[in-house]
Amino acid sequence: MEAQKERSMILQKEMVSGLFNELGRAKETGRKVCYTFVPGNLSELIRTFDLLPVYPEINALQSAMRKKSAGYIKEAEKNAHSEDVCTYVKCDVGMMMKGNFGPTGEKIPEPDILLLSYTGCFTFLKWFETLKRLYPNAEVIMIHTPYQEAGKMTPEMTQYMVRQFREEVIPKMEKVTGIKYDEEKLKYHLNLAKEAQDWIAKIFETTKHKPSPIDAYFAGVYYIGPINIGFRGTPEAVEYYKALYEEIMERVRLGLGPITPEGEMKEEKYRLVVEGPPNWTSFREFWKLFYDMGAVIVASSYTKVGGVYDLGWRHDSTRPLESLSEYCMNCYTNLNIPQRIDLLSKCITEYSADGYVTNSIKSCNSFSAGQLGMMREIEDRLEIPVGFIESDLVDPRYFSYSNIKNRLESFFQMLEQRKKIVKTETV
Amino acid sequence: MNKYYLGIDLGSTTSKAVIIDENDQIIGRGITNTRANYKVAADIAREEAIYDARFTLLSNIIKTDMEAKPEFKKYMEDIRTVFQYQQFKRRMEILEEKLVKTSEAFPYPNKNEIIDRLKSILNVIRPQIRHEFVHGGLGSKNQFFRDIVSERYNLEVAKAGKEFYEPLMLAFDKSITPVENEMVQYNFKELILESMKVLEEKYKGLADEQEDGSKEDWYYAELNAVRNNYKNVELSLREHFELVAEQEIHIANMVGTGYGRALLPFPEECIKSEILCHAFGAHAVFPNTRTVLDIGGQDTKAIQVDSHGLVTSFHMNDRCAAGCGRYLGYIADEFGISLNELGPEAMSATKETTICSTCTVFAGAEVKELIHNGEERPNILAGLHKAIVQRAMSLIARSGGVKNEFTFTGGVARNQAVLKYVKQMVTESYGEVTMNIHTDSIFMGALGGAMFARRNVTAALPA
Repeated sequence: MEAQKERSMILQKEMVSGLFNELGRAKETGRKVCYTFVPGNLSELIRTFDLLPVYPEINALQSAMRKKSAGYIKEAEKNAHSEDVCTYVKCDVGMMMKGNFGPTGEKIPEPDILLLSYTGCFTFLKWFETLKRLYPNAEVIMIHTPYQEAGKMTPEMTQYMVRQFREEVIPKMEKVTGIKYDEEKLKYHLNLAKEAQDWIAKIFETTKHKPSPIDAYFAGVYYIGPINIGFRGTPEAVEYYKALYEEIMERVRLGLGPITPEGEMKEEKYRLVVEGPPNWTSFREFWKLFYDMGAVIVASSYTKVGGVYDLGWRHDSTRPLESLSEYCMNCYTNLNIPQRIDLLSKCITEYSADGYVTNSIKSCNSFSAGQLGMMREIEDRLEIPVGFIESDLVDPRYFSYSNIKNRLESFFQMLEQRKKIVKTETV
Repeated sequence: MNKYYLGIDLGSTTSKAVIIDENDQIIGRGITNTRANYKVAADIAREEAIYDARFTLLSNIIKTDMEAKPEFKKYMEDIRTVFQYQQFKRRMEILEEKLVKTSEAFPYPNKNEIIDRLKSILNVIRPQIRHEFVHGGLGSKNQFFRDIVSERYNLEVAKAGKEFYEPLMLAFDKSITPVENEMVQYNFKELILESMKVLEEKYKGLADEQEDGSKEDWYYAELNAVRNNYKNVELSLREHFELVAEQEIHIANMVGTGYGRALLPFPEECIKSEILCHAFGAHAVFPNTRTVLDIGGQDTKAIQVDSHGLVTSFHMNDRCAAGCGRYLGYIADEFGISLNELGPEAMSATKETTICSTCTVFAGAEVKELIHNGEERPNILAGLHKAIVQRAMSLIARSGGVKNEFTFTGGVARNQAVLKYVKQMVTESYGEVTMNIHTDSIFMGALGGAMFARRNVTAALPA
């Protein structure tokens, strides 16, 4: 069945292709290019300096969805990147080695700035060190983001980061772009960012409805696209999320379930919360394993990698640099393990989930560390059935369809059996 | 009419079938080796379970006699193994025909000599096997057709001289698979009657031997009793077995599980995950079980269950066969010994050699190195067994550890050395916990399947 095209989808497509067009023309237009990562991304600051963002991990996942990642990974491995290295890195490095043509086929310009604003993932550091060797002319800006070890952001942590913004980030950006830092402009973007965040928080709350009108993981990864790839803080993003929210509320009004690649999901049998990124190389197959069983994901940690908005945190234009600092510290993988457990437990409870699934990624330390312990704790705390599967981000060699299917089948049967028992007990 | 429920567990190594009654009691078990044709494997296991069920029904009818009179008990034991022999014999006849046919098609110039040699080998092993069934209780040893024949055949081929070795082995390899994948129809009543005849000969023979003054160790109470009284037992059985043979074992519902479940010709709602089935079966037998370890051929599973026997979480090995039954099969091949010999030999070790490899194939290289260095075979085997259990322990830890009673299921639970290390390591890691290992451990998945089959039907019936 033909996928249903909604207005929001068209808007998103326009935004993304617009960005890649601009990137393709960057040489002519003379715009400077900033490579950066999704967690803790400083979209508003990048816009303030009129930079064009490139997200290597987004390129990697896009390459995987277009079945190009295997070749890129091979290329990186040929150049001595070990089998155990994060496959986003290898895919990205391989893509660059093969001429740096992005997922849409347009050449991606070289970076003028390599901006690292999240240090919770050690691989990110190494990644940009590698890119620095490939692009020696690029300015490297690395901000140290303190981990929320004690389960909170303290004023000292924020000050520590603000100082880095003042002393390192802003001067270097001014130097590369030749544009003077304009705080009013930053505030403008921050206000728009807040607005987009309000909408996205509302969107992910619609899964409280039964049936859930959206899948907060498989469709969720599309929804977080604009907010994560540089459009947060723009009027386009606000318009997109508003349109999306309206479409979703229309589904709620009509009592409709989520849209899948094969059309509307007819019966919602299981509501799940998923921890961990999806597999990108077999994304459709992976999704199908869920929707074929009538399983809808009502919340996922992955859609919070670019920011956790569930607990009320928003960008605040009255404290611009403090706000940027907090944003960096507040991305999902920068929360400590108990915070993540609390957050996921809240999702499970508030969105009435029947089960909890972990997709453990072979080569992702940021997500994998602590996953098993989190699962145990959630299982014990909420007495909810849990499932554990393993795959990889963008290396197709690590997606074993039959193994995942076998585990998921067992997991769904667990849920089914439990429902039967609970039913007989309450009768 | 009584209703029965069937569970079939189509594993990678063995296929199991269990039939239960409406009280979840096992009345029939069947097991065979899994082969290329899954349907045949499942059918054979099911047929065996149905025969077994008939024997159970028969035993129930003559229960009082069996409890009071040793000759009844002994006779029933004997007739079961002879009954197995009768089935074996039918299939053996087909195999013999196939072997001759295969050899006849050979291009070897000494073809006729090969065929003569083949026939003489068959003439040696045929009575050998019969004797082992009738007098040695081979039928109760859970050996499969292929294993029984190949063990004896290979032994004879080895004696036959170099020029015959290759063609004779080739003939066997080419013949055994099609014969194994063929469904043979048996008639319960006929087989019983034939078995009775064989037993009559056996018991008569026993009497003669005693008169000869031979000092066989059959001279104990049961056998003595049956020797003198088998006619009575026969008479009593003749009265009942026809009824049992004719009785319809009405399978009201069935559930298929195991690695090959998707290939079973069952409707979708009758296919269940082996994880759920193993847990449900283990929990039914040991209701306080909270952690189940199942080591099967293809995979190892650590499962946590709740008080209903429902799975709350599980962990399975992934990407490597090290740590499951296949690993043992591979090791047995490396050493050129049978799977059944592994455990006992490992138990005779004086120490455990450290095997650090987590990969089946690499373990082979390690083993070769150890042999080269003069390490004793039992010690290497002990190390390998320990390595498997270490892998299983890691899965148990990942699944949440041992919470309460621990039950060990799956085919590998029959291996004494694995059992020893499981007991040792579970105690080391989790202290003194109740550990359950059942003689039927290999049937737990099929039992769970049968129990699900019974429940699903009940659920669908109007109250």
